[in-house]
Amino acid sequence: MRLSRKHLTLIVLALLIALAPALFPSNFYYRIGALIFVNGLAVTGLVVLIGFAGQISLGHAGFAGIGAYACALAPGYLGLHPGLAMLLGAMLSGGVAWLIGRPILRLKGYYLAVATLGFGILVSMVLANEAKITGGPDGREVAELGLRGALAAIGIGLSNAQFWYAATGLAMLLGAWVALNLQDSPTGRALRALHDSEIAARTVGVDVARLKLSAFVISAVYASLSGSLLALMNRFITPDVAGFLHSVELVTMTVFGGVGSVPGAILGAATLTLLPQALTVLQQYENLILGLIMMLVMIFMRDGLLPSIMRRLKGRG
Amino acid sequence: MAELLQYLLSGITVGAVYALVALGFTLIYNASDVVNFAQGEFVMLGGMISFFAWQAGIPLPLAAILAIIATAAVGVLLNKLAIEPARGAPVASLIIITIGASIFLRGGAQLVFDKQLHRFPSFSGDDPIRILGATILPQSLWVITGAVAIFLALWLFFAHTLTGKAVLATANNRIAASLVGINPNHMMTLSFAVSAAIGALAGVLVTPITLTSYDLGVAIALKGFAAAMLGGMGIPAGALAGGLLLGLIEAFTAGYVSSVYKDAVAFVVILAVLFAMPQGLFGRKAMDRV
Repeated sequence: MRLSRKHLTLIVLALLIALAPALFPSNFYYRIGALIFVNGLAVTGLVVLIGFAGQISLGHAGFAGIGAYACALAPGYLGLHPGLAMLLGAMLSGGVAWLIGRPILRLKGYYLAVATLGFGILVSMVLANEAKITGGPDGREVAELGLRGALAAIGIGLSNAQFWYAATGLAMLLGAWVALNLQDSPTGRALRALHDSEIAARTVGVDVARLKLSAFVISAVYASLSGSLLALMNRFITPDVAGFLHSVELVTMTVFGGVGSVPGAILGAATLTLLPQALTVLQQYENLILGLIMMLVMIFMRDGLLPSIMRRLKGRG
Repeated sequence: MAELLQYLLSGITVGAVYALVALGFTLIYNASDVVNFAQGEFVMLGGMISFFAWQAGIPLPLAAILAIIATAAVGVLLNKLAIEPARGAPVASLIIITIGASIFLRGGAQLVFDKQLHRFPSFSGDDPIRILGATILPQSLWVITGAVAIFLALWLFFAHTLTGKAVLATANNRIAASLVGINPNHMMTLSFAVSAAIGALAGVLVTPITLTSYDLGVAIALKGFAAAMLGGMGIPAGALAGGLLLGLIEAFTAGYVSSVYKDAVAFVVILAVLFAMPQGLFGRKAMDRV
């Protein structure tokens, strides 16, 4: 039996997640790995929106903020378990995306960019200014998920960093599996048709507005879950999670790695999460080099990192 | 009444800065269909270069001119090295290239200059001028005059000079423009130079009021971008109106509602405008052709 590309991608991802710790010299690397997976999850959602449906969003950190603050606030105010708070956040993000999606997605290109940007800024501003509830710019502590204790009780003892590495890795893998299935489904094909030409897609009977909206809602849920995981992992959250710069980071990772491809975007997330870590050695030059790399990849590898590398490998082989 | 006038005056001052940045966005967008997210860094460079030149002993007017020329050169380099080679790339890639450029310029400024806040003296002193119970700083008048002068100069340039018409022709249709002997690449270079110079001028004018530092670009670019969109991307009059409107909305919100939510209200208004008029206040409806 020949493996499909989808299964191959998932197997390679799973192996990488499982085997990478063999190379980790210290616990610190588990944390970086977990950060990559958290970003990878959000970025996978953006592949659905930007890569499949061709719609840009500069406000997805807003949804990450909703997810993060759901985990920070719901346990205290509603008495919810943090795990349920995460689901509540995802539902809330999906609901908000559904409400604002239809009018926002009528806009195109840069207009859509500024509208989503406005949404993201509104969320981060509410989080920063409603200090009585959210803790304001100083941030807020987040309750312990408690799963690690449960695992220890049945004999699986993991350090905190190891636990979050495994949990976020699993979440990203699940996210990639859902997105890859979506890509192969009739909905995924319709989305890509819409990406190539909205008018052509409409003439063959695709409900363009409904599809764009679904992509927006799905990507919002991904971003929300990613925000929740980040909050639970750090046990602390500040409004920065919803900030404009985080939105830009997420879009950059998506496009950088290869916007139409789930593994590409995950590679983008990995590269751009690792790069600043590596560049702290060159602290003074960090921004300079980061900006330069962003420009060079986009100019010379127009389809993003992974698709360009794959093409070059094939061309040689 | 005096209160109202006060908010009006401060709104127009801030709005004039937004309008200048929005004009910069508009120029580049017209010539190349690119929204340049590094526009805010031009403002930063204008302020920072003039400050350090002034501190090195160069008289302020000369330092300002030096800053504007140097920033224009940066704009040209940005076009030649990053935008031209990426011609035809999708919107998302172009957004990332210009955001990359903005991070790069910020990193460069932090390295060449420093991370402190800087200010140089106002051009005509700091004594507030009283108007019907409200006050305005002389430097605010410089900012407003600067914005109006630039707007008029651009209008004259586009309406009455051959080069200006050539830029418009390039914006309208690159291929048709090159068929009648216009070099579209020259027009793009010119637009980047002028746009960077306008940004730098805004930086020079506003530094005595708001101070300058290496990282002020993001905030100002966001507002300028929003103002340009509000007015309708690519329309100079729209940039002016969008900028002033945004400044006024902010000032009145800060005065009558809440100062912490002034930025939020600005974006709510922009969202509302875009929902009702997807092309912005002055934009014409684009027709999609199959």
